[in-house]
Amino acid sequence: MFGFTRTQTIAFVVMLALIVLAPFFLYPVFLMRVLCMALFACAFNLMLGYVGLLSFGHAAYFGMGAYITAWTMKFWHVDASVAIALGGLTGAILGLCLGYLAIRRSGIYFAMITLALAQMVYFFCLQAPFTGGEDGIQQVPRGKLFGFIDLSNDMTMYWLVASIFLGGFLLIHRIIHSPFGQVLKGIRENEPRAVSLGYRTDDYKLIAFVLSCTLSGLAGGTKALVFGIATLTDVNYPMSGEVVLMVLLGGLGTVFGPTMGAMILMTMENYLAEFGAWVTVIQGVIFMVCVLAFRRGVIGEIGGLFKLKL
Amino acid sequence: MMMILGIPAPLLFGQVLLGLINGAFYALLSLGLAVIFGMLNIINFAHGALFMMGAFCSWMLLNYVGIGYFPALILAPLIIGAFGLVLEKTIISRLYKLDHLYGLLLTFGMALVIEGLFRNAYGSSGLPYRIPEVLQGATNLGFMYMPNYRGWVVLVAVIVCLATWAIIEKTPLGAKLRAATENAPMVQAFGVNVPRMITFTYAGGVALAAFAGVLAAPILSVNPNMGTSLITTVFAVVVIGGMGSIMGSVVTGFGLGVIEGLTKVFWPEASATVVFLVMVIVLLTRPRGLFGKSA
Repeated sequence: MFGFTRTQTIAFVVMLALIVLAPFFLYPVFLMRVLCMALFACAFNLMLGYVGLLSFGHAAYFGMGAYITAWTMKFWHVDASVAIALGGLTGAILGLCLGYLAIRRSGIYFAMITLALAQMVYFFCLQAPFTGGEDGIQQVPRGKLFGFIDLSNDMTMYWLVASIFLGGFLLIHRIIHSPFGQVLKGIRENEPRAVSLGYRTDDYKLIAFVLSCTLSGLAGGTKALVFGIATLTDVNYPMSGEVVLMVLLGGLGTVFGPTMGAMILMTMENYLAEFGAWVTVIQGVIFMVCVLAFRRGVIGEIGGLFKLKL
Repeated sequence: MMMILGIPAPLLFGQVLLGLINGAFYALLSLGLAVIFGMLNIINFAHGALFMMGAFCSWMLLNYVGIGYFPALILAPLIIGAFGLVLEKTIISRLYKLDHLYGLLLTFGMALVIEGLFRNAYGSSGLPYRIPEVLQGATNLGFMYMPNYRGWVVLVAVIVCLATWAIIEKTPLGAKLRAATENAPMVQAFGVNVPRMITFTYAGGVALAAFAGVLAAPILSVNPNMGTSLITTVFAVVVIGGMGSIMGSVVTGFGLGVIEGLTKVFWPEASATVVFLVMVIVLLTRPRGLFGKSA
């Protein structure tokens, strides 16, 4: 029903098994971080991998989603499900406004415009009183899901995060394999031709952008709930760079690549945290190696090696 | 005291001057970006990092070798330009057959590496660089006191921008450069060494960034993050101006600097975002940019 090929079904079952088993062996909070970033990366891949537009400002949607979820949780005491949904809605609205501007240009300009617009959002967050400036919104309670499931337990929270990730993952897969997704790929391959076939490519691009931003906002909101904090780090441009790196490293335009990329990068950051600024240097080196020698990414290379579509 | 629109004149002119200085950096950086984009078809994300290297280079020349400001103004761009030459030859030249986006990603990676290395070596707090003796003090212009160094920065930046414009638009070398931007294989067929020209164009753009870095060293504190905070604004400047014309980049750079300065007077909270707001307006009314060629 989701348009998986046989190998993809096997890979999905393996991923599902790993998600179910992992919290019994690894620290659940770390895994939740991985899953949030993986959802963010999958959402980003929808834009870069399938529409071929590089947005260099996805942190804006992720970060604003985080802020709104954190704010509504802490000050309005809403249900966790409502707060996370509001995070996604924030991403959608912001994505609609900024995407409307950005899709007026393509290619390199699109990247610069999205970066500049995201920087504007960053400056807004830096000055607006509700974000708490440099401190961010701290000590956000996890609250209750649907009024009766207490999320303060890490394992309960983990199952919620895993469900959100899987829901987002399958939704993206469904989008890509729908007729709508086929048109997106057509636009990526040859936009003038898609136009000549009668498709309003700008509408398609904008819808894809909004979908991508919605899921980014959802990922940001979930992350804010897990860690109980939303800060300027979530909305600043290094976060945008990080999500590009995850997708590039895992494999552009592959189904499982972004998740793989998020896993590798988060693991790396976890173990390299003590080296401080060297993390940036290592990230930069990975960026350069990926672009120069490794453009298909981990999953892309594995797929190429065994002639599989992953 | 003279008042203009309810604002004391010295304050107003002071902010305009500050705006012109920021505008000088925008102009020099977006000029370099435009020249590089014209020839190499890549957006050099590392431009901010190279600007920062220019500032650090002048600091190092002073503190390790004892070479002062004025020689550094020539030497630092040469050194960083040579570094850019090596970068182009060894790394960037491998990307010309690929999608433009890879160039952006590669240079973004380069920026991360360069900034990370400098942060490791010098921390993030910033190092002081003294204004040279000759340029210290201020001049009374009648309507305001102008710090000499600030006037100097604006003056030199304008001269360098005009010189770059003259080289590209008025010399035989510039004619070849413009021709190669339009149609590289054809120019190569006429016996011009286009790959070498590309390399030196990149080095030239980088040297402009480094030059801006040296100018900025006494004003901003010399720190590893000084480039990135500037480069995102410069991207907005590039989008506003369009990358079609050299003069366009210069005018847009200075113009937006002044707008930013004026915003600081009339609406301080918006001064960080005003450039982006202008970008939004330009995108809504003239998506190609003010000086951009139609596709």
